[in-house]
Amino acid sequence: MNDLPANSSQRGVGLTVRGLRKTFPGGEVLRGIDFDVAPGEVFVIMGPSGSGKSVLLRHLIGLMKPDAGEIRVGGQPVGPPESASAYRLAMVFQSGALLNSLTVGENLGLYLREHRLKTPAEIVRIVAEKLAVVGLKGQEDKLPSELSGGMRKRVSIARALIIEPQLILYDEPTSELDPQSAALIAEEIVNLQQRIGVTSVIVSHDREFVFGIADRIAVIHEGRILAVGTPAEIRANPNPVLQAFLNVDFKFHPLKSNP
Amino acid sequence: MFQSIGEMTMLFLRTLGSLPLVWRHRQKVFEQFFEIGNASLMMVCILSFFIGGVICLLTGPVLVERGLASSVGGLVGISMCKELAPVMMSILIAGRIGSSMAAEIGSMRVYQEIDALRTMRINPIHYLVLPRLVAIATALPLLVIFSILFGWGGGALVAAFNHQISVSFGSFFANLKDYVNYANVANGLCKSFVFALVIGVVSCHQGLQTIGGPRGIGRSVTKAVVNCIVLIVILDYFLTRMML
Ligand SMILES: Nc1ncnc2c1ncn2[C@@H]1O[C@H](COP(=O)(O)OP(=O)(O)OP(=O)(O)O)[C@@H](O)[C@H]1O
Ligand SMILES: [Mg+2]
Repeated sequence: MNDLPANSSQRGVGLTVRGLRKTFPGGEVLRGIDFDVAPGEVFVIMGPSGSGKSVLLRHLIGLMKPDAGEIRVGGQPVGPPESASAYRLAMVFQSGALLNSLTVGENLGLYLREHRLKTPAEIVRIVAEKLAVVGLKGQEDKLPSELSGGMRKRVSIARALIIEPQLILYDEPTSELDPQSAALIAEEIVNLQQRIGVTSVIVSHDREFVFGIADRIAVIHEGRILAVGTPAEIRANPNPVLQAFLNVDFKFHPLKSNP
Repeated sequence: MFQSIGEMTMLFLRTLGSLPLVWRHRQKVFEQFFEIGNASLMMVCILSFFIGGVICLLTGPVLVERGLASSVGGLVGISMCKELAPVMMSILIAGRIGSSMAAEIGSMRVYQEIDALRTMRINPIHYLVLPRLVAIATALPLLVIFSILFGWGGGALVAAFNHQISVSFGSFFANLKDYVNYANVANGLCKSFVFALVIGVVSCHQGLQTIGGPRGIGRSVTKAVVNCIVLIVILDYFLTRMML
């Protein structure tokens, strides 16, 4: 179970989703989702809070089983994530999901250590290198509880990068980051894609980030895909719900009416 | 209930199936082992000392009255090693260690750490359950040995210094040696081994089943401890019956 898939190349893998449905006791969350992601693409999923984006990502990596429909990664059906799979997948959780009892360094080294892919000395080197990539050089010995929300998110991204995945799923990677760190992460996502051709599926609300980075965007609303297209196509899409979602501005009226 | 019994059996079998991996996870086994020891050795010794003492205190005068002063040692010896040490210590460990296992795994479940492990293709059964089960299955019988010894010590002390009993250390242990043989001690250790497996499996299962925030964790912990104690007491009867 612990060995690297034999027939995997270093390139990214494509993804197809057909007729994906999921119902929870609270109601139907995914009502027939179809989309394709090409190998090496940066695919962004946008949508209002509670529209089922996180649930969709959990299906893509196999943490949840669909009620109906099919998900294929590189042509192979997706099974439980810990079972042997032909491709390396990684996920950055919305909450970070770092192991709270391990230090940052141990969290990052976990994958390589448990699968015995590298010697301890190499692991230390790789961990330091990946931490530097996300701008957290020298924080190996901190516990997750000693980090800020944004730092935890970046550690979590570094942990996913260490897997050297062929498909990487990000759940709101920039939601807790300042603009500078967000730019750093955006740069690394693009970098990774250019270097090893990884496929990225990103859930995000951050409009600037999304339109800067996406090859294609899907907008999900009430469990269905409202529109898929390049950033330019999405901007030009006349759908009122979509335009309302994309063009909200803070309407802030200072309370100065009181004399 | 039948569903969770089925799930627990599955969990146990899967953990057994992953036993060959135990060497690879030896460091985590040691960590868990020492945690169990650290957390409970003191408590086990103190508790057993007093349990042995109270058994002697209650039975001693009765035996002495009927001219059976010489069997005090045997009675304390047998009851300690065959029943009291394994059962009481298992209940203690269910409260002390079972609860912390359920809480730790439960919070990992709730805060998606287990999902994160799975996406890294690390099997939670190998990473979390196996080391805990192996550690408790070795630690509990060891703690029971301490418990037996301290129980005998407590009994002997009360026998010697209680003026209604007044049986010397020498005759207490001489009599104890007459009654208790290695088979009796092994009997108690076997029981505690089975109880250890019960505590490990029930607590890890409850932890893995946790849903819904801090309250869910609390619920899992309570359920784990209660289920462990109930199962220990019921199993104790049947094990005792089997090994009579
Ligand atoms: N395990 C679960 N059990 C029951 N209902 C769930 C579960 N997970 C999610 N849901 C429900 O599914 C819906 C979508 O949740 P999801 O987390 O996917 O939203 P989201 O689009 O990621 O929102 P956000 O942008 O706020 O993260 C919610 O209504 C939620 O209540
Ligand atoms: Mg979400």
